[in-house]
Amino acid sequence: MFINFFYLLRSEGIPVSIIEWMTLMEALEAGLAGSSLTGFYFLSRAILVKSETQYDKYDQAFYKYFKGIESNEKMLDLVSKWLENPLPPRQFSEAERDELLKKLGMPDWEALKAALEERLRTQQGAHHGGSKWVGTGGTSPFGHSGFHPGGIRIGGDSHSRSAVKVAAERNYREYRSDKTLAVRQFEVALRRLRQFSTRVDGAKDELDLEGTIDATCNNAGRLKLVWTRPRRNAVKVLVLMDAGGSMTPYARICNQLFSAVHKASHFKDLKFYYFHNCIYDFLYLDASCNPRQAVNTESLLRTLDGDYKVIFVGDAAMAPSELFMAHGNIFWELDNEEPGIVWLERLARRFPHSAWLNPIPASHWDTMYGQQTLQAIRRIFPMFELTLDGLDNAVKKLMVRK
Amino acid sequence: MKDQLQYQGTENYIVSDDLRNSVNITVALKRPLLIKGEPGTGKTVLAESVATSLGLPLIIWNIKSTTKAQEGLYVYDTVQRLYDSQFGDRDVSDIKQYIKLGKLGEAFASSQQVVLLIDEIDKADLEFPNDLLWELDVMNFYIPETGETIAANHRPVVIITSNAEKELPDAFLRRCVFHYIAFPDKEMMETIIRVHQPDLAERLLQEALKAFYWLRSVPGLQKKPSTSELLDWVQALSIAGIHPDKIVRELPFLGALLKKNQDFDLSLRQLHSRGTENPARATSRGW
Repeated sequence: MFINFFYLLRSEGIPVSIIEWMTLMEALEAGLAGSSLTGFYFLSRAILVKSETQYDKYDQAFYKYFKGIESNEKMLDLVSKWLENPLPPRQFSEAERDELLKKLGMPDWEALKAALEERLRTQQGAHHGGSKWVGTGGTSPFGHSGFHPGGIRIGGDSHSRSAVKVAAERNYREYRSDKTLAVRQFEVALRRLRQFSTRVDGAKDELDLEGTIDATCNNAGRLKLVWTRPRRNAVKVLVLMDAGGSMTPYARICNQLFSAVHKASHFKDLKFYYFHNCIYDFLYLDASCNPRQAVNTESLLRTLDGDYKVIFVGDAAMAPSELFMAHGNIFWELDNEEPGIVWLERLARRFPHSAWLNPIPASHWDTMYGQQTLQAIRRIFPMFELTLDGLDNAVKKLMVRK
Repeated sequence: MKDQLQYQGTENYIVSDDLRNSVNITVALKRPLLIKGEPGTGKTVLAESVATSLGLPLIIWNIKSTTKAQEGLYVYDTVQRLYDSQFGDRDVSDIKQYIKLGKLGEAFASSQQVVLLIDEIDKADLEFPNDLLWELDVMNFYIPETGETIAANHRPVVIITSNAEKELPDAFLRRCVFHYIAFPDKEMMETIIRVHQPDLAERLLQEALKAFYWLRSVPGLQKKPSTSELLDWVQALSIAGIHPDKIVRELPFLGALLKKNQDFDLSLRQLHSRGTENPARATSRGW
């Protein structure tokens, strides 16, 4: 039941699994939805949706699925008795609805009223799942939890409208951020970027087994514990990200990488700078490339050890002059005496462990605009696609000397 | 459903309808409840409230960055056993006395149903939630050292909180009931403050709320003020007897709300340049 809702949710991009769906069925069986659409709305959201960023998608799907279920407070005591022990709400897909609509047509109000009066006179008891009598889960114009193009809903979930309305309000729109979806995957890829060594600093809180055995033996068999410093990750990372205009289409995936890198707490040191199209005398602290928030590329080269792993992120596509010419900087006021490629080569020499991540798919690298500069940069740095696989390969590359 | 435990909220904790629903779903389905939300929306306090309302004892397992899943189950104190074997104090052949149950183990072994709060699960290592999957699913675990299986007599009501510092693994999420506590709106906030500070002057409260929500709308704050900070601030304002008119204009005791230097400067600059009437919207800049 509701199986179409399941597929609708999945097609909206909510990763509902069978396990969760079965849990929902179990919950419905236990009556946790309280036979109301509002109850169902919150119940299925709590069970099926696991991130507030997907609440909005859920609301949209819910609205799409349940819109048109209108509440109508006309309650007849007699009829409500027939409607006890209803069938589970029957859900009709768009196609089913259309078909029914064609079959039944839109009845006019007067005829409908007359028909209802007639049914009320002749109907003897509860009747569910059919197409004529007042009941539930059918296609009769009277009753609830069913569908009829122009029927009168009697009883049932008087809250239904509110749930659909809640869904239609889309209160969670601002929580929607598709960018968080793959962060964890990026993070896992970055975890490979580690290198254990140096027992110089930190608390001695790990048992040194060898040392303990030695010390205990020396102590004539009396236990003597020896503690040592745990091995720590010594990887230092420098990320240089292109924030130029041509990167705007890739802002989302760059954001993902950005979050993943920042969440990765296992680096000994992490430095993050931006550049605009190509690297010249300055690197910037924020994505707006504000010259007032800049550091000297040269001082960076001087102060950072060569053991930093450097990840470039950029499309490497620019006007050839920006890469090969002195004074080629796209910002006129930031005149550069040396061409960008000299700076890139300098960085490559200083940091032997480096890789370039390119958000443009590798299949376009030979044909796209800017392929000339891309090829040139590719000769300096090993270049990978900015995808999970690409990041995996880049991390492998970063762990060995180029 | 009728004889199920029903969570109704407690006097000192204001609970929204959908959150109460989620808690009751959790209790009925016997699945862990994962609570997410901004810091200060009362995630941790919820567990206390649930325990009080259901009349069950509460066991809290605070997660730190170094916490291992194993610690929640049991710890085998081998060093104590070694010492004992050398000094002959105790009979060391009985390994059982060196097995100390962790918080999760405690919750399982308890003779009555308990509420178990696993607080800030996202603080721990990435793999931590995955390591607990099996135990939370079947509610038992095996201690190889003693050959014992610790099984839950009564499935505890498990409440897990997360600050969303890390993404949680999918397999873990699939087994949870999820609820996101949205930041309370003005009316809800008013009720919350009323509960904590019943005799606050109406004017003061309104002005403080106005200032508070303005402050939250200032773009670029590193740490937005939250409920608990607002409560402190309101208390400070009322103790110092600040005139309500001054609150929005001068933001006195701003230090109670903002904890970062940059935020301080930023909000004061905003206040002086634009005033609180016109909260500026962030201008997005391209890459």
